[in-house]
Amino acid sequence: MTDDAPLLDVENLWVRFRTRTGMFDAVRGLSFTLGRERLGIVGESGSGKSMTGRAMLRLIRPPGMIEADRLEVHGEDILALPEKRMRALRGGRISMIMQDPKFSLNPVMTVGQQLIEALRAHERVSPSVARERALATLDEVAIREPERVLGLYPHEVSGGMGQRIMIAMMLLPDPEILVADEPTSALDVSVQLQVLEIIDKLVRDRGMGLMFISHDLNLVARFCDRIMIMYAGRIVETCKASDLARARHPYTLGLLNSVPDLEHPRDRLEVLQRDPAWREAPSVSART
Amino acid sequence: MSALEIENLDVWFGTGAERTRAVRDVSLSVATGESFGLVGESGSGKSTILRAVAGLVPTWSGRMTVAGETLGKTRSKAFYSKVQMVFQDPYGSLHPRQTVDRVLSEAMQLHGVRDIDARMGRLLDDVGLGAGFRFRFPHQLSGGQRQRVAIARALACKPQILLLDEPTSALDVSVQAEILNLLVDLRREHGLTYVMVSHDLGIVGHLSERIAVMKEGALVEVLGVDEMRRLEAQSPYTRHLLESSIRSIR
Repeated sequence: MTDDAPLLDVENLWVRFRTRTGMFDAVRGLSFTLGRERLGIVGESGSGKSMTGRAMLRLIRPPGMIEADRLEVHGEDILALPEKRMRALRGGRISMIMQDPKFSLNPVMTVGQQLIEALRAHERVSPSVARERALATLDEVAIREPERVLGLYPHEVSGGMGQRIMIAMMLLPDPEILVADEPTSALDVSVQLQVLEIIDKLVRDRGMGLMFISHDLNLVARFCDRIMIMYAGRIVETCKASDLARARHPYTLGLLNSVPDLEHPRDRLEVLQRDPAWREAPSVSART
Repeated sequence: MSALEIENLDVWFGTGAERTRAVRDVSLSVATGESFGLVGESGSGKSTILRAVAGLVPTWSGRMTVAGETLGKTRSKAFYSKVQMVFQDPYGSLHPRQTVDRVLSEAMQLHGVRDIDARMGRLLDDVGLGAGFRFRFPHQLSGGQRQRVAIARALACKPQILLLDEPTSALDVSVQAEILNLLVDLRREHGLTYVMVSHDLGIVGHLSERIAVMKEGALVEVLGVDEMRRLEAQSPYTRHLLESSIRSIR
């Protein structure tokens, strides 16, 4: 495997759910690749962005189904892997940060126990080495007094700190791909930025691939290299983050213009007029 | 006359060693017809102030006057026909097994509104839903439509003051724009006074004329929206808040 091969290679991805009223397609034929870059996925609730992220870890439970012409993590076809190998892959090579640390950390284990468990699930290391690495990673996510934090329970830390602990936990086994699903929407504005800067720095320093899922287009534009805009399970537009100002799809423009801006006040906010044709238009490919 | 007058408000939770002061010695006044914003991080006490005004928190001291009526430990029926609250989460604030019709007519019955039938149509039109939504259940509505129903319920008794607790934070940006436009229109048509809590300075700046910044239960400063846009804040904390909010959208 050459190093410039994509970390994630996805072609014609479908996520479907069998329901009482027939088949529901949450993701409809996505194609994209992820290299050692920061890829943002933006869309409204129900656009299929989180389902796309979860499909990368094969985290869709029945009755949900994942179908794809190709779904490869660093050359490994994850649709064909046995569950045991999949467990090694999840967390080991590809990790996910969820939205709310309150629900993703185990409330009855200390931070230290959870961090060490996460690491030892993927590597054979002695407890004392694991502890050392946990301390070093907490330090990396800008947690002061990591010694003290190791002994705390999740309810004893703030939201921003909880999210940084989650990040530390996900990064301990040294994955190559990080899927961050709305990593900061449960946090305050002033903490949001700090957490994003930490994710950003770690991803750069370690040369990882980041899939950043968010409903906030401006935020994604600021933190990613490339953006994919999703609507009704398809990609309607893809562009470099720096070219967002030149985006042309009416949906993208609608998202951009519906946000109240502190510095440029308007009397009325623009309201998105949804065109049924957007739903039917074929998915744009975000392969590079 | 001011719509809302708060003097030396303290709110606390718990007793003895467990006692925490959620709001510390806050004084502010909101003029009739004004739209006033409260911003701050989570835990800063901004929602607690709204809840104290609405009578949802019994443990407070100080003086609160709403449209000339000084508030005691309990709220009169007349109070609730003057002041109504819209909550953050439209998924949690509507009864899942009651239709829109039932939700709204109950609110109107409680306030002794006559000709409920005619008013129902007006209300639904006012919030941009139309009569077709009258007999739907909450699960048949989108998040934005639910929030419209919650706003209609608050308007059912023709209040003068609306307390808005993060009315759009559970919604997508595109739907948020619709609800914010609706709130602007309703205020103009009905001459309402708004007191709105949000952590998003962009939203507060869009809807309010004056903004109070809170930190750890205390009021840091009150500033006009124009000063806020020019970043002319007095306190370093407000400047920090403004800067992080502006940097996050660049």
